[in-house]
Amino acid sequence: MGHGVPTNLSAAIYPTFNSPFSPAALSLVHNEGMAQVTELHVNGTKHRVNASSDRSLLSVLRDDLDLTGAKYGCGEGQCGACTVLLDGQAVRSCITRISAAAGKRITTIEGLERNGTLHPLQEAFLETGAMQCGYCTSGMILSGVSLLAQNASPSEAEIVHGMQGNICRCGTYPRIVAAVRLAALHQKTIRRAS
Amino acid sequence: MTPASTRRDFLSALGGGIVVLCVIDEPADAQESGRRSGGGDARPAEISAWLHIGEDGRVTVFTGKTEVGQNIRTSLTQAVAEELHAPVESIKMLMADTGLTPFDMGTFGSRTTPTMAPQLRKAAAAAREALMDLAVSEWKVDRSTVQVVDGKVTCNGHAVRFGELTHGSQFVQSIQAEPKLTPTLEWKVAGRTIPKVDGRDFVTGRHRYSTDLKRPGMLYGKVLRPVAFGAKLTSLDDSSAAQIPGVTVAHEGEFAAVAAPDAETANSALAALKADWKSEPQPSDRDLFAYLKANAEAGEDRDARGSVEKGMAEADHKVTATYTIAYIAHIPLEPRAAVAEWNGDKLTVWTGTQRPFGVREELASAFQIPEERIRVIVPDTGSGYGGKHSGECATEAARLAKAAGKPVKVVWTRQEEFTWSYFRPGGVIDISAGVRADGRISAWEFHNYNSGPSGMQLTYEIPNRRMVFHPSKSPLRQGSYRGLAATANHFARESHVDDLAQAVGIDPLEFRLKNLKDERQRAVLQAAAEKFAWGKHKASGLSIGFEKGSYLAMCAEVAIEGGRPKILRVVQAFECGAVVNPDHLRNQVEGAIVMAIGGALFEQLHFADGKILNPMLSRYRVPRFSDVPVIETVLVDRKDLPSAGAGETPIVGLAPAVGNAIFAATGKRLRSMPMAGALS
Repeated sequence: MGHGVPTNLSAAIYPTFNSPFSPAALSLVHNEGMAQVTELHVNGTKHRVNASSDRSLLSVLRDDLDLTGAKYGCGEGQCGACTVLLDGQAVRSCITRISAAAGKRITTIEGLERNGTLHPLQEAFLETGAMQCGYCTSGMILSGVSLLAQNASPSEAEIVHGMQGNICRCGTYPRIVAAVRLAALHQKTIRRAS
Repeated sequence: MTPASTRRDFLSALGGGIVVLCVIDEPADAQESGRRSGGGDARPAEISAWLHIGEDGRVTVFTGKTEVGQNIRTSLTQAVAEELHAPVESIKMLMADTGLTPFDMGTFGSRTTPTMAPQLRKAAAAAREALMDLAVSEWKVDRSTVQVVDGKVTCNGHAVRFGELTHGSQFVQSIQAEPKLTPTLEWKVAGRTIPKVDGRDFVTGRHRYSTDLKRPGMLYGKVLRPVAFGAKLTSLDDSSAAQIPGVTVAHEGEFAAVAAPDAETANSALAALKADWKSEPQPSDRDLFAYLKANAEAGEDRDARGSVEKGMAEADHKVTATYTIAYIAHIPLEPRAAVAEWNGDKLTVWTGTQRPFGVREELASAFQIPEERIRVIVPDTGSGYGGKHSGECATEAARLAKAAGKPVKVVWTRQEEFTWSYFRPGGVIDISAGVRADGRISAWEFHNYNSGPSGMQLTYEIPNRRMVFHPSKSPLRQGSYRGLAATANHFARESHVDDLAQAVGIDPLEFRLKNLKDERQRAVLQAAAEKFAWGKHKASGLSIGFEKGSYLAMCAEVAIEGGRPKILRVVQAFECGAVVNPDHLRNQVEGAIVMAIGGALFEQLHFADGKILNPMLSRYRVPRFSDVPVIETVLVDRKDLPSAGAGETPIVGLAPAVGNAIFAATGKRLRSMPMAGALS
């Protein structure tokens, strides 16, 4: 039976996502002299922590501060489920040491809602039904918020490019694209009105 | 406990109000919804679901089904709201808690919509009738003047809430007879799009998955994994690990694990375990297909009609080919996780699984304790796709919790999930078929080795056929996956049918219609072809399918870019009887199409000597935003037919449609999934 034996790794044929969030890049900002981190600014509040500086931001947020909206998905910055914002910029908290987050404004999904009002992108996710199991949703929303902060009206191609590092295994990508577009539209309307 | 006393205890726990019990009386029904055979249950075994309207008017529906992203929490709520004539917001689904909900075999096989939803509809209809009876006897009015509207019982302008009619008493009703159900054409809540009932909890991060749970005093557990599948632990030195403050080591036979007050310490303790393993040489993915055929059983004929020999003799063209399917992983984004807690001899485990009662059984057998001392609670889970039927993580957490005397959480790493879960089986499919010059398929012989028999059946009219599934020795642990083997079998069959069309020089659409009588199959094929504008695009292919009560047809258009196929546009027409929630159905169809792209083009587990060689997302490509084509879905809503499940079957049509489109574009027939590598 002459069936073909796979000789090529699928990863070689379809190069996997090239993560800009490599642990090596983050280690450059790691301060070797700092053994403990004692304070983090999360969602507008200063939190006291007592964590060794090389721990991941994800573990400190989840285990120490009980902010579990950021999820563990892969531990290598490939899936984006752990995404949070550092000074408004999306980072992969699973490969970000807390030494790199100390002194910066950290925003997690729990901090997006203001006085009971959802962020326009949270609203847009609900409106477009952009989830199934919801496990990727926090990371998707924060990646989207970061994208919209840099580009207020992204094209579809720009959204695809900007969100490429986030995986939705349930496959709701087209709806997530629609949600980001919708939020951009809403924000534009809000800006015009104000 | 006798069944009667079990039922009494259970009812008294529910308190006042109206209780409607779904009683299973048909053996076939019982099998579908998973009636248990043995005893040891805290609740009556013959009840598959129940609904309770409290004195406060709140409606709680109890079912053992699990929510893993297929949005049944919403669709089942709709079913109840429809029949109870109550607002969706007033209904709460209590799901998948072995301490509170009835026994259920598990959430798989697309059975929730065809089996559980009708039962809940009947319960809700019976509750509505019971409320009307109460109003009639309390108000002494004619029954025809009483109505249930929008969560209230009304009569001549007088309206009361549900809870006000029961006055603290409990009214119990079992439904065995058929209560009057709302005809599909008159549905007001079911059949429409309503948003995910608890969607806000997910966009705010408030929902707690198993991975997010914490218990007082909880420790974090890590399990020592063998160096290869089947490796035996020959020695373990845990002395340095045990010396780390706060660390508990559990070691029992092949099981070695640690628990510590924080995850970092647990990781250090795990690294400090010194173990020796003995492992055996094992097949690699390079030898896989020869291995599966060499170890195959004779198998049994699944569908044998006429004579294949005769059909082949009548054929003007014969096509014989072999297709192969790689092992792939589910990769639910939430990995396996469990929190276990012992209170005396009672065990509670929170875990993400599709089979809470199955996991309870596994725990009972692991600890040799009766099932009624174990409670398994399943928070809405970060997906499963058929990959979360087993309870290994629950058992690991419970073993550690027992050793430590404290609650323990175990969350598998992605690498553990890639290695120690189970996989969609690889397989080999051999097909020989014959076709007459007029385009009629005269013979069909189909052999599936190892991947499975699902979706082998034909909707084509072929008089001479033989179909055999040959179980084989599997080199990897294998199990359920969304759609089971239907994806593999549809890929092989629909690719082969395209070859037959090519052999007689007939257009693939016309060729299929020539060989199809089944009206539902024809209807989806015509719907997809029309939407796609079949015949107007060059590099395009199509496929049809039928599985688990649903029909589909797909068209795909591809481009070849740098030696790689890129899917540009797909159309899927899908029919699963009466549509329950159009937008959530669309979401399932779109999601299944996207998931299917991975297995069709690039997903593949590489393995050798009992190790997975690419157990991480940086080495195992899954579909991302840029892989998604334009997706158009046509929902064929058959209100005259019962609703079938739709979480699985929409996945089966993509690979063959894309393969056929690649053939149209390049003239190359790709017979191995994943296909992407074969062109370069």
